[in-house]
Amino acid sequence: MRVLTVKGVRIDNTFAEAFGMRATGVTITADTPRWARQAALTMTGFATSVIGCGCEAGIDRELSIKETSDGRPGVRVLLFGVSTAELQKQLTARVAQCVLTSPGSACYAGIEGEEALRLGNALRYFGDGWQISKRFGAKHFWRIPVMDGEFVCEATTALTKKAVGGGNLIIIGRSSKATRAAAEAAAAAIAGVPDVIAPFPGGIARSGSKVGSKYKNVQASTNDAYCPTLRGAVKTSLDADSNSVLEIVIDGLTSDAVAAAMRAGIAAIIRLGPKRGASRISAGNYGGKLGPHHYHLRNLLP
Amino acid sequence: MRPLTFTVRNRPDQRLDLSPLVPHLLSGKTAVQIERVELQTTRYRVSVGDVFRVRMGDAEQIRIEGAGERFDRVGQAMDVGEVVVDGDVGIQAGRLMAGGRLTLRGNAGPWAASGMKGGVIEILGAADAHLGGPLARETAGMRGGIVIVRGRAGERAGDRMRRGTIIIEGEAGAYAGGRMIAGTLIVGGKAGPLPGFLMKRGTIVVGNGCAEMPPTFVDCGRHELLAMRLLAELTQPHSKSSAALLRRPLQRFIGDMAVLGKGEIFVGLRN
Repeated sequence: MRVLTVKGVRIDNTFAEAFGMRATGVTITADTPRWARQAALTMTGFATSVIGCGCEAGIDRELSIKETSDGRPGVRVLLFGVSTAELQKQLTARVAQCVLTSPGSACYAGIEGEEALRLGNALRYFGDGWQISKRFGAKHFWRIPVMDGEFVCEATTALTKKAVGGGNLIIIGRSSKATRAAAEAAAAAIAGVPDVIAPFPGGIARSGSKVGSKYKNVQASTNDAYCPTLRGAVKTSLDADSNSVLEIVIDGLTSDAVAAAMRAGIAAIIRLGPKRGASRISAGNYGGKLGPHHYHLRNLLP
Repeated sequence: MRPLTFTVRNRPDQRLDLSPLVPHLLSGKTAVQIERVELQTTRYRVSVGDVFRVRMGDAEQIRIEGAGERFDRVGQAMDVGEVVVDGDVGIQAGRLMAGGRLTLRGNAGPWAASGMKGGVIEILGAADAHLGGPLARETAGMRGGIVIVRGRAGERAGDRMRRGTIIIEGEAGAYAGGRMIAGTLIVGGKAGPLPGFLMKRGTIVVGNGCAEMPPTFVDCGRHELLAMRLLAELTQPHSKSSAALLRRPLQRFIGDMAVLGKGEIFVGLRN
């Protein structure tokens, strides 16, 4: 394998392999930024992987009072799923349990598109007959009476079939502290890229997985090639001085957005340098045969 | 491209039906064909050329200059483009309109916006009775679109309204929003007696109180609801004064308890 090093950080000659997904988005507003963020965090809390959580979800960005339809602080949340039906189910359940319940919240469509997913149209029955439908021009809202006033919810949001899930960076360093610093820098840079989320805790995953397991009922298991404690026992992908690996998984509304996020993450890691951060960047793939989207690291350098 | 302009030459000696003068019916027609379009409402034939001087232009933008209260059904059933009228108009302006924009730079007669389905009507002067309302035999009035009246409106504005938004910046007559099925009616000034009489669903906002509140509405207290703030953001481009009203604290009443009782009247309060 040809070795490419940028400012002391080794870039593997490999690519991230990603898959087509369905995605939707909502904008959550509240009286204060804190409560908008709280509702969004609650809604996206258990949404790291489609395998175990039904969908992958995260905060795309915070919205100022000038950017939201009701003039209050807001947060844009994106949800990614493997099928329209599952995405609809997750959207309804999460908005019902986490946004409807959050003090002072309101919920609006977060993306535009041809196909619609039900938002307020699915939640309105909570109003027990007292829900009020309000249309203004092309906009349609439901007002549901709740104990602190009314929950205002747009009737529908949109669905995109052009979303991409599974863009990734594997960040390798000499110590857990250095690797974490590099991953944090990359996650912060990716958080600033529009239309993408990094669904794992704080944007970072420490338990990267491989497909399959020795146990027949387990679909995915630990990525032993990148486990520093197994070096020597298994066919490892790590060098002698690599002692910690973290991964960032990226879902985006478009393939370009995923590429932009990976580019921003790589740039942040290189800027931090190998002394304080990562010594090597790699990416995960399945040989290129499963996913239609390939992001070669060498094409994403700053 | 300049607009297709109709300038009144002679005051007509009968009421005229201007419903043929809308973009989708005039596009592709020549000047001669347009001048032959018949407008009479009696046995005596009157065509466009008898009443108007026609200046050809883009049929998507129609201007009617020097109109008066004998010009009925302006912009009826229009669905695209724009019609601008300088002067007053007669009955049923913008009736059954489905899209586009109708601007009346004067007063409108009764049943303006009657049964309207979509688009925007702006009336710079006053609107007479039955704004947006149904004709006899019809079960519902306005069912979509936006109407803005800069002046006052007569009795029964928004009668049997089903959907859409009416904004009256001035005062409204008696029974504003009477028999409403749903939709939104905003009265910036004072409303006459019994607004929302027999309304089932829908929202009426009254800026400056009403002459007599219907007895079958119940007081829900003073509120500053997000839905009103959202409505304010959406009405802001159409009417700044009504947006300001919607941002004020409002006293909410629900009714009409004589019927379904899921309608609401908001009355503006001083901050």
